Amino acid sequence: MPKNNNIKKVLVIGSGPIVIGQAAEFDYAGTQACRSLKEEGIEVVLVNSNPATIMTDKNIADKVYIEPLTVEVVEKLILKEKPDSVLPTLGGQNALNIAMELEERGFLKEQRVRLIGTSAKTIKKAEDRQEFKDTMEKIGEPIAPSEVVNNVEAGLKFVEKIGYPVVLRPAYTLGGSGGGIAANEEEFITILENGLRLSRVNEVLVERCIAGWKEIEYEVMRDANGTCITVCNMENLDPVGVHTGDSIVVAPSQTLGDKEYQMLRTSALKIISELNVEGGCNVQYALNPDSFEYCVIEVNPRVSRSSALASKATGYPIAKVTAKIALGYHLDEILNAVTGKTYASFEPMLDYCVVKIPRLPFDKFIQAQRTLTTQMKATGEVMSICTNFEGALMKALRSLEQNVDSLDHGPYKTFTDEDLKKELEKVDDLRIYVIAECIRRGMSLEKINEVTKIDLWFLDKIAILVEMEQKLRSADELSKEMLSEAKRLEFPDGVIARFRGTTEREIHALRKEYGITASYKIVDTCAAEFAAQTPYYYSCFDGENEVQADESKKKVMVLGSGPIRIGQGIEFDYCSVHSVWALKDMGYETIIVNNNPETVSTDFDIADKLYFEPLTAEDVESIVDLERPDGAVVQFGGQTAIKLTEALRKMGVPILGTSAENVDAAEDRELFDEILEECCIPRAKGTTVFTVEEALEAAHDLGYPVLVRPSYVLGGQGMQIAVSDEDIVQYLGIINRQHQEHPILVDKYLMGKEIEVDAVCDGTDVLIPGIMEHIERAGIHSGDSISVYPSLNISKKLKRVIEDYTRKLAKSLHVIGLINIQFIIYQDEVYVIEVNPRSSRTVPYISKVTGIPIVDLASQVIVGAKIRDLGYEPGLQKESEYFAVKMPVFSFEKLRGAEISLGPEMKSTGECLGISKDYNEALYKAFLGNGVDLPKHKKMIMTVKDSDKLDAIEVGKRFTALGYTIYSTKNTCRVLNDHGIPAKYINKIEEESPNLLDLILSHEIDLIIDTPSQGVGKSKDGFLIRRNAIETGVTCLTSIDTANALLTSLETSHKEKLTLIDIATI
Amino acid sequence: MKAFLILEDGQIFEGQSFGAVKETVCEVVFNTSMTGYLEVLTDPSYQGQGIVMTYPLIGNYGICYEDMESDRVWPSAFIVREVSRFSSNFRREGDLDAFLKDQNVPGICGIDTRALTKILREKGTMNGMLTTDENFDIEEVKTQIKAYRVKDAVKTVTCKEMRHYEGSGYKVALLDLGTKKNIEQCLVDRGCDVTVYPAYTTAETILNANPDGIMLSNGPGDPKECVEVIEELKKLYNTDIPIFAICLGHQLMALANGADTEKMKYGHRGGNHPVKDVKTGKVYISSQNHGYVVKEGSIDRDIAEVAFLNVNDQTVEGLHYLNKNILTVQFHPEACPGPVDSNFLFDEFMNMMEVSK
Repeated sequence: MPKNNNIKKVLVIGSGPIVIGQAAEFDYAGTQACRSLKEEGIEVVLVNSNPATIMTDKNIADKVYIEPLTVEVVEKLILKEKPDSVLPTLGGQNALNIAMELEERGFLKEQRVRLIGTSAKTIKKAEDRQEFKDTMEKIGEPIAPSEVVNNVEAGLKFVEKIGYPVVLRPAYTLGGSGGGIAANEEEFITILENGLRLSRVNEVLVERCIAGWKEIEYEVMRDANGTCITVCNMENLDPVGVHTGDSIVVAPSQTLGDKEYQMLRTSALKIISELNVEGGCNVQYALNPDSFEYCVIEVNPRVSRSSALASKATGYPIAKVTAKIALGYHLDEILNAVTGKTYASFEPMLDYCVVKIPRLPFDKFIQAQRTLTTQMKATGEVMSICTNFEGALMKALRSLEQNVDSLDHGPYKTFTDEDLKKELEKVDDLRIYVIAECIRRGMSLEKINEVTKIDLWFLDKIAILVEMEQKLRSADELSKEMLSEAKRLEFPDGVIARFRGTTEREIHALRKEYGITASYKIVDTCAAEFAAQTPYYYSCFDGENEVQADESKKKVMVLGSGPIRIGQGIEFDYCSVHSVWALKDMGYETIIVNNNPETVSTDFDIADKLYFEPLTAEDVESIVDLERPDGAVVQFGGQTAIKLTEALRKMGVPILGTSAENVDAAEDRELFDEILEECCIPRAKGTTVFTVEEALEAAHDLGYPVLVRPSYVLGGQGMQIAVSDEDIVQYLGIINRQHQEHPILVDKYLMGKEIEVDAVCDGTDVLIPGIMEHIERAGIHSGDSISVYPSLNISKKLKRVIEDYTRKLAKSLHVIGLINIQFIIYQDEVYVIEVNPRSSRTVPYISKVTGIPIVDLASQVIVGAKIRDLGYEPGLQKESEYFAVKMPVFSFEKLRGAEISLGPEMKSTGECLGISKDYNEALYKAFLGNGVDLPKHKKMIMTVKDSDKLDAIEVGKRFTALGYTIYSTKNTCRVLNDHGIPAKYINKIEEESPNLLDLILSHEIDLIIDTPSQGVGKSKDGFLIRRNAIETGVTCLTSIDTANALLTSLETSHKEKLTLIDIATI
Repeated sequence: MKAFLILEDGQIFEGQSFGAVKETVCEVVFNTSMTGYLEVLTDPSYQGQGIVMTYPLIGNYGICYEDMESDRVWPSAFIVREVSRFSSNFRREGDLDAFLKDQNVPGICGIDTRALTKILREKGTMNGMLTTDENFDIEEVKTQIKAYRVKDAVKTVTCKEMRHYEGSGYKVALLDLGTKKNIEQCLVDRGCDVTVYPAYTTAETILNANPDGIMLSNGPGDPKECVEVIEELKKLYNTDIPIFAICLGHQLMALANGADTEKMKYGHRGGNHPVKDVKTGKVYISSQNHGYVVKEGSIDRDIAEVAFLNVNDQTVEGLHYLNKNILTVQFHPEACPGPVDSNFLFDEFMNMMEVSK
């Protein structure tokens, strides 16, 4: 059946801000789908509140609305744009939930808008626990005994029947949010109460625990004609009990015989057919390792994180095909873009092995519980491809960028056998290194399997790696055979050198002498059965090279940004992709290197060539040896790419744009101070130190508070404000847990207004699209601050100063391309905090609201174009008539035990945007996009540190005027009462009941404002308040400035008359 | 131990020997299935061939004897990238290396199977020799390799004696041209009373038993070699007894009705081939294993119509004989290994028998 011609205008709903459980994969899916729809001549209207995405670019959809993703907004948008169809299956759970509500309200029917892709009935059948259970029972597909409960009593009654442990899964939540495994009544009640609160429909599924079974997933596709195929199956190395998003996953399954493989495949097709899904769908199974018994865990009737992984693992573009199916096409009418010969109605066959490893945020949340459960915690992931499992695992480990290069990692060597055994029982992200150490010490694989339930096949593979490690350490001579085998298993030269007690260069030289080099293979979806021209490659050390360098054009290598983590998010993928597009337009051959399966940049039709590889110097050098690029671009790939600058230079690859020396100058404290002095630009006083003693001395000289941070990091990693010697000792300790090649910076901390600027410099002229102002005062990481463009409170004079400083800094650092500068305005004086000669987190946002395509301009500039020739006048550009408020979005509810108070270390996972001609409305939209939509009970708690008490009075007055009842503990309460604010006194947590905790757990509090004091001495009380707030779903603000902004937004609530803005018209 | 795979065009792959140590010449073909190596090894249709598995990790879940599709291994050689040194599965009874030793079939591992597959794809299926003898004379062995032909394949694989599975349902005569156990099983599962006949049984013998339906199995080699069988099939065609045929059976029925077959460049072997039901437009993913195909256009439109088409290359995947109760398919609805999507065709066969009763 060809295209349904009644579909002319489609609304695509995006997934909103990046949070744990919903990351870049939906930008990838959405972008692919929009392009696929446009290709068919469909008019595409897009709504997504996330400005850092590629899908919200003007050239991806015809109309782009960066608006809060709420039902009301989408309704309004449908009334305004009058699409004939809504496609909800590509925007994750968010989009699906909105579509469901629109359907349930009868709005879609009323407006004669249809849901395409998958019907509301299907969504309900798959998502509603009871309907799902009934459906599975009807078709005879087993699920674990379970019951949907709406209250704790019913839950307890059911558990009496099935016994502990049980798994709890709240309906309609993200990444298993609020779910978990309970082993006893106490745990059960805690998780259940929390889950009920988080669930949109107040439902939690309680089921028999099948932890320890194999976890297997199938990605399935179905068209309206009932043709079904499976794109790929995947096996989790971590058995059931760990969320698949937090598991190490391998594709295809490795330990399933054909009988098991087909049994589950048949089941998946049966389910997708019964559910009538049209498009992509994901089915998760638990398989008893000792029998054919299995249970369906979950079905996602939409494109998911797993489908992004499956797309990259196989080359089969699930989102694209899903979009075509939504338009009415059948699978056998959609051409396989990879082979160009076959059709989408086939099943990809892999002739390689794929490993995915999640990127967990415990480096940012040291206090958070590391245990992995059914609640997803990863912020991103890496994928690798190799001809063998061991190699794929090794490549994935080093792609993580967590200072890991092999299984020889962690402190476990120093553990006693007893402690190591205990460590093995912990289910966390470090388990694989513990297993390796257990094997090193001769623990039997059977024993490890008994504890971890990880299949023996995987354990034997880890054993193979450990054996190779031992061979490398003990062999008298590094023979060609041994080196060959070590490389086949993807041991990096640096690791081999470490085991051999020699240098990386020597191993590299020996390798060259033996003729051992990486070769590249093509990902072709069909295991070489058909000829394919896909420019999608991976390396291995055991086969012929299939990839030829094309010498016909000048070529540029763009280094990607690796896994999504806090501090380095989707923004950098946005920049990488735009750079590729711009360079392509200029006639360059583009080569991208990246290892993140969730992103647009690793779609095989973005760059001319895609190398799906770890971003380490050795891996990049192998590609350089083959491709001999004319230049490399590092300024768009975040710190990941910047870190490779020096290595690339040594390989003889010219760095396009700002030179390596100048990148260094911005990071090197002394060089940078010299430049500032030359330009007469003031900065907060500071110095560099290596030891605790030096740091203490510096702090005393400067006077507390001081800012302590390592150099060469992104996202303020390890950055802290110290108010005492005690703090200095602790922070230095944390920073120095990892070997520091560069000194640590200690600066006087100025509590002023933070300003951020992104600019493009061509060596002569500087173009500044706009000045962004942060709502929160300095001390809170720029990525965690609310950012406003155009700035509200900066005088013309200061704007000129900022413009002048930006120009001077860009020119002194010889910046060619992008530069990001953070300033602070303190007592009417502009200071520089930090200069980054590269793209930044704010680039997509400022590009979209000013309409100036900064990355495109920068990309043209780095290959020689001049700003004036590109049609732009240098200098600070005219301010837009729209206000754009960028709001950070956090995922604290996913991370048990994480400290949520904001500071100089970044903690947000994503962002959303509010745009309006009216500042207050923009602010309101931004809060709304972040899910802050307050008045319910109008009860709030305020506890502020002493230095905030004065500000708190104003805040208290305003909330009281809005009708809020304020509860406060002793000191805050007294201050408020003294100023005529009728705050109610409440006991602190450590005091007797009823106290703050009881109040929070009464579920009548809408908002908590708790500003913690800085330093090690912060109270336990505050931490508990904040955690309990997060875990019961209460909005919690930790800065008075944020509270003021929220007030402004609440006082001028625009809910009824929101204006929606098509940013394509800005 | 070192092992070599020498192709008839002189290209040599060096790897390690596993399984039996033995020199063998065979027709080298590739299979893209990611699971089911044991089913592949024991499928009689691979008689005389050397199988290249495109999936690189083989042997992961070991050997489980109940998954064998016949009593022994039929291919002459097994060619893989990596044999798992450890196998893991709750049904595992042994491992691949020991099994092949036991079956006296040589294997080679540690070679670039993707490079080999590309050669076979580009140049077409060709012969090869597997040897552990390092001192081969390339010119000499080339001649020897080129001369090799898969011959009398059906004769080699078919059963010597009739066998019978009792059942209370339809009485089915299964002509064993090299049948996989699962074809028998699919009939037995449906309650059929199955009699398996050696390939060279006469039509009269079969008809005398008065079957409700006749099933023609899969099998190896060039269909045109099976002249005697084709003659008997002509007689079976002329009865009104429902016939269901798979793979070689499908080709032979076509030849019996004046159609032609040809050798494909590199065949279809794997578990991912899309076949389209021409009537409904629905596509099924099928298990396939064939190097020959019924020539499109060689079929008299008055005798049979195309029932299934391969979506990838538009080759004939199934025929429906007009005014007859005969359905023949090129693919393998019995699966093993591979998807069971088209397993319903066995039910259709039951219907055909029901209707004609």
